Amino acid sequence: MFSFCTDPSLLNDWFWTACYLTTGVHMSFYLSFLKVLLLLAVTAPVALAFGFGGAMLARARFAPLSWVGKGYIALVRGVPDIAFFLFFVIALDQGIEYLRHKVLCSDWDMPIRQGNDFVVCQAAKMPLGNAAQWVHETYGFALAVFTFAIVFGAFAANVLFGAMRAVPHPQLETAAAYGMSHRQTFWRVLVPQMWVYALPGLSNLWMVLIKATPLLFLLGVEDIVYWARELGGTKTARFTDYPHPDYRMWYFLALLVFYLIFTRISEVALDRLMKRLTRGQATTGGEAQRRAGA
Amino acid sequence: MSCLQTIQDYGLRSLGIGERLLPREGFTLCEQFTLIGSGMIWNIYFGVIALLTGFFFATALGVGKASANPWFRKPAAWFIFIFRGSPLFIQFFFGYFLFQTLKSEYAFFAPFTAAWLGALIVLFLNTAAYSGEIFYGALQSIPKGDVEAADAYGLSGWSRFRRVIWPTSLRLAWPAYTNEAIFLFHATTLVFFSGFPAWQQRGDALYYASYFADKTFNPFVPYPILAGYFILLTLCIIGVFGLINSRLNRHLPRAQRRKIRLRPNLIR
Repeated sequence: MFSFCTDPSLLNDWFWTACYLTTGVHMSFYLSFLKVLLLLAVTAPVALAFGFGGAMLARARFAPLSWVGKGYIALVRGVPDIAFFLFFVIALDQGIEYLRHKVLCSDWDMPIRQGNDFVVCQAAKMPLGNAAQWVHETYGFALAVFTFAIVFGAFAANVLFGAMRAVPHPQLETAAAYGMSHRQTFWRVLVPQMWVYALPGLSNLWMVLIKATPLLFLLGVEDIVYWARELGGTKTARFTDYPHPDYRMWYFLALLVFYLIFTRISEVALDRLMKRLTRGQATTGGEAQRRAGA
Repeated sequence: MSCLQTIQDYGLRSLGIGERLLPREGFTLCEQFTLIGSGMIWNIYFGVIALLTGFFFATALGVGKASANPWFRKPAAWFIFIFRGSPLFIQFFFGYFLFQTLKSEYAFFAPFTAAWLGALIVLFLNTAAYSGEIFYGALQSIPKGDVEAADAYGLSGWSRFRRVIWPTSLRLAWPAYTNEAIFLFHATTLVFFSGFPAWQQRGDALYYASYFADKTFNPFVPYPILAGYFILLTLCIIGVFGLINSRLNRHLPRAQRRKIRLRPNLIR
């Protein structure tokens, strides 16, 4: 990157480090940090939407719908999450290919599961065999996001379900007394008030989501863990201009620090948000703020 | 091959006893149940040892973080922050490569690069940090009256801690600690996916489950089996911790006893 980097073997330690850390592969490494942030930015709202849907289902007055919602919540809890991640990525992939196969190749007469193979027609492959590399990568990333959203949606559903029940019941009764319908009560009274009860659970969930991002590695995405392993390994002078011994420990130390800083920033930001949300609420926190102000 | 034969061959495969080669084709349900079950030995080993040893360190950390002396408080608080603020997955990787670097310097660290010791140490430190935070919270919420009563009886220092503060905080912390124990057992599945190699294919339950999923390309059999085993394990943990909980609360009138509310399963 720098002009003095043409022959790294002649450089002293500082310049060598500067050159080493700005090679092309390192740029991919830094880009993968953005990938992690992108995953968080996409997953969090999607998971929240899943959670909201799940909580609404679990609250439904029509019993089978409520069973679906509660089943969704209960299913994802109680089993190691990593098993879910490994499971959903294959299951989703096969599910999509299976559906496409049924639609696109209805004249296919062989069974899809042949012994240990999962065989679908060429047109049903997802993504298509001749697709560009970036399509494959995007598809893999989208599957990962969807998997994360399913798992974290269940956690969020649980939190939101609890928060909806924590809203003081007199509030809902008052709304009913004013003649609001069930739907109006839900959207105008319950939902605006539930966030303050949901926030501690949701912020905990956010922390957990941050800490779950390295699992992207297991889903086959080239994320920071992948690059740290790739770049850190011993390099000999035959293959690179920057030969070095096993640096993987330092790369993972850097990742550890990255996550610690990220967690800390989130903690501070969420604390502020909590202060904002408690303002004017009928909770101990809101009361304390009112007293302090008065 | 009968199922009994399979159990004989693969029941202790995860410890290296029995058949050397894993099944390669024509995977039967029995083989999947047996091998995944055999892998559970490792999950239980990691979970139980880390929990037992971590408990004592966690108590020290909790007391340290609650201490008024900054020389105890700061290190304990930092330790807890570092292990709770970073992903266990990265901790495993870092631990593995740290031990490997140390091993190249000192031969003493050779066993640490194997999962049975290295991963155990990481899990021990991790669970100590999480439980330490729980114990710290419990120490903060001991009823003031209990401590005042202890003072009134002339208890102080170690005997006050031993007879009043510690039992009460343990009682308060127990429901949360039960959840922590369940998490920890779930977290043990990460071990063989994070650098630590499964030597001679002696892996844990998830290792074998993903082996079957890879070979058969069918996730719908091995992962539900794994899930079943873990649900059983979770029920056992709940049972054991429930017994301890009722012993901790045996002096209270029945209505006041705190039920364990289960909120299991979040990633660390």
